[in-house]
Order: sequence, then C-alpha cells, then structure tokens
Amino acid sequence: MNILWLIMICVSIVFAIFTGNLEAFTKSIFDGAKAAVEISLYLLGIVSVWMGVTRILEDSGLIYRIAHLFKPIISRLFKNIPGDHPSITAITLNVLANLFGLGNAATPLGIKAMQELDGLNEDKGTITPEMMTFIVINTASIQLIPFSVIGILASYGHRNPAAVVVPILIATAISTMTALFVLAAFRKVFR
Amino acid sequence: MITYIEYLSLLIIPLFILFTVLYGTFKKVRVYDSFVTGAKEGPAIILNIFPYLLTIFVAIKGFQASGAFDYVRNAFYSVFAFLDIPIEALSMAVMKPLSGSASTALFTDIVTTTGTDSMATQMSAIIMGSAETTFYVLAVYLGSVSIRKTRYLVPVCLVADFIGIVIAIFVAKWFF
Repeated sequence: MNILWLIMICVSIVFAIFTGNLEAFTKSIFDGAKAAVEISLYLLGIVSVWMGVTRILEDSGLIYRIAHLFKPIISRLFKNIPGDHPSITAITLNVLANLFGLGNAATPLGIKAMQELDGLNEDKGTITPEMMTFIVINTASIQLIPFSVIGILASYGHRNPAAVVVPILIATAISTMTALFVLAAFRKVFR
Repeated sequence: MITYIEYLSLLIIPLFILFTVLYGTFKKVRVYDSFVTGAKEGPAIILNIFPYLLTIFVAIKGFQASGAFDYVRNAFYSVFAFLDIPIEALSMAVMKPLSGSASTALFTDIVTTTGTDSMATQMSAIIMGSAETTFYVLAVYLGSVSIRKTRYLVPVCLVADFIGIVIAIFVAKWFF
C-alpha cells in the first residue's frame, strides 16, 4: 500500500505540473478530504446500526448457532477458524448481503467480520491469510442481480435492461474464482 | 424472476432484524440495552477507518484531477487497440476500482452520450456490475482493524482486478 500510494501521489503531482492542472490538483486534495468525511459519517450511521443488531445476536447466542450452521461451507475457504467462531456468522451474513446487493448491510457486516478475524490474529497489525481471503472475496464482488446497473439502464429507456444480468453473473463468477486462484498462487510463492 | 429476487432482497433485512429481536427476547436478552451497547462501538470503529479513507481518497482524487488518470486510460487504449474496445469502456475499467460514485456518474454519462444499445454502454454495464471499488474496500476493511502489514494482498487485488476486467470485456464481446 505504501509504494502504491507514493507512486500515485508523485505521478499525480508530476502530471499536474506538466499538464497545467495544478489548480485542479490542489482543489482535488480537499475534495478528497471532504468525500472521506462524508463517507465516514454515512458509515458511522450504518456501522453503528449493525453493531447494535449483531450485539443482540451475540447476547442471545444466535451468532454461535448461525456459525455452527454455516461452518461446513465457510471452513472450505477459511481453514484456520476454530469451532463455531462468531467470524463465521459475520462472513456468512456479509456474503449474503453482497449476493443480494444490500450495500448498507454488506460493508458493516464485513467490518464486523474483520474484527472477529482480528480477534484470532496473534500478530496484531499484520494481515492473516483468513483476512486476505475475505477481502479478496469482497473485492471480486459476487452479486446475483446488479440492481444499480439495471436501474440506470432502465431510467434511460433501455428496451431490456435485464439482459445484462446473465453476462454480469458469468463475469463475476469467473473473476471471483480467478481472484481466489491468484491469491492461492501468491500464497505459494511468498510462503 | 428479477422482480421476485428484488422483492426478496427488500425483505431480507427487515425479516432478519425481526427474527434477531424476537429470538433475543425469547432468550431473555434486554434487546434495547443490547443494541445500545453494540451501537456504542460504532464511533470508535469509524475513527479507526477515517484516516485510511482520507489518505486513499486524497490520492485517488488527485490522480483523477492531475490528468494522470486520462494518461493511464489512453495508454491502455493504445496498447489494447487491436481488441477494438470503446474508449468509454476503458475509462470505466480504470475508474471502477478507484471510485464508486465517480464510476456511477461515468456510467450514466456513457449511457446518455452513446445510447443504451451501444457497445460502450453494454461493456461498461458488465464492468460496472462485475468489478468492485477495490481501493475503498481495502481502506475500510484494513482500516477497521488497523492493519499495517498487508503482505502480498495489494498486488493480489490489482492482478485480480486486471484479470476481472479483461474477463468482463470478453464476456461483453461474446454476448453483444
């Protein structure tokens, strides 16, 4: 992340100087800061709501029951999660929310999953293989119906906006599998 | 089929919350107090995430505004000229991993300027639907647990994104 950020900043500034976009560049820094504040406020609301809901799951013990139920599926991808650990429930709920395109639930539940996975982390501050698998699944975005894309197409009078559903499903399925394969390949090389 | 799934997805969150609250009450949990205790964790989590989000957003916005974004897109365009990919779709391919709101705006722009049936629109729709805003996901998830050492995660995500977009382009060409 360090190298990537350094490259992005340096390349941007060099470009801004040579293309005469310096003013726009300086303005964009503060636009970026503003966007970060706005998104953080939005996240503050939805994350707090889901932390409230999941706390009830924890206090009632339901989180362990759901974990027990989904352990056989989840443990195929996440081999080092012990017993009926709460992280299994958080991962399951995050994947379901992603599948159904529930953005307001997916991100908070994903954060919950990261926190539960971090609870298993013996070397805090360093990523674990389980966290990597989880993030890779999330960046590959598995979704049954892309409602936002269909919505935009429909509002501009596309004759059959649902025509994009099958190709998108095929594309996400292949790219999710490829992403996991890339991760496995890197894991072999860097072990 | 799609309206059915849409209705189902509208139903999931309310039903899930209802079930959680009823099950909690059945197990003698004081659900109101429980919810408040949980919600109290929210601000601390966001305080952790905020600096990560800010740092990555500054870089992304700067990258777009400086003209570097256009250069990268044009470079991809000339390298992959033999594949005959519309330049609008390539903008989408470079934009989607960087920013969610910007790619939605870009997609709307592509639909209005090239029409709903153009190759550019179809291809952008597939990319829009099948790729994720990788940098945002990385900032939020890594920030939420203050991960500093990401090991090989970032290269994995970048390689996977690149392959994912190539797949999306081929799927679009195959279908439309």
